[in-house]
Amino acid sequence: MKRSHEPIFWSLFGAGGVLSALIAPVLIFITGIIAPIGIWMPPEALDYPRVLGFAQHWFGKLLILAVISLFLFHAVHRIYHGLHDLGVHAGTGAMIAAYGSALAGTLITAYLLLAVGF
Amino acid sequence: MAQAKTYVRPMAGWWRRNPYFVRYMIREGSSVFLAIYTVILLVGLYRLTQGQAAWAGWLAAMTRPISLLFHWVALITVGYHAYTWWKVAPKTAPDLRFGGRPLPEMIITVGGLAATLGASVLIYVIVRWL
Repeated sequence: MKRSHEPIFWSLFGAGGVLSALIAPVLIFITGIIAPIGIWMPPEALDYPRVLGFAQHWFGKLLILAVISLFLFHAVHRIYHGLHDLGVHAGTGAMIAAYGSALAGTLITAYLLLAVGF
Repeated sequence: MAQAKTYVRPMAGWWRRNPYFVRYMIREGSSVFLAIYTVILLVGLYRLTQGQAAWAGWLAAMTRPISLLFHWVALITVGYHAYTWWKVAPKTAPDLRFGGRPLPEMIITVGGLAATLGASVLIYVIVRWL
């Protein structure tokens, strides 16, 4: 029997599912709603030096990479399997596009985290 | 060869026929909003590497009404994903046993929701005051 890739993708989907269930709502709320409108969050919370310092710290880099990579792998897994629900019978090409874009997002994030300095 | 004229139940719009499937599609659909949000964060990281002016531009874009609208919808759908994630966790989590008995389903779901609440408060406090 041909070995399935599914366990790898399901693990990444599951890890992204747990991480996003834990912190995605609060991240969306802070970065997308309260910080931009300045309610319950001072405008200087996302100041350049502060966010830069976070992205330059090893722990900040780890968190950013985990968030972006696992969120992407979680999302593309659901989108890829959701195509079937919408009557699109996606083949290998769609699979490569889905997981490939999550992998590309991960590599770009890793590169940017190196480019941003230490 | 003649095609047999059997009735094939149409599948178009299948999920709109039952509220259970509508909720299923909202849960699965949350991943589209999560993916877009993640790309927005990725763009933010890219702008951060370009310097202070580029970062200020990203922050300014986040204040646009279309951005706020998107993030409200993303918050609701991804929040629903978080709720459903812990709701099914008793079925998907490894078999946890204490004293030979499986952990009650309610404990796993409530524990997960409490973890989300705790992590959210912690992140809010760190971003705001530390």
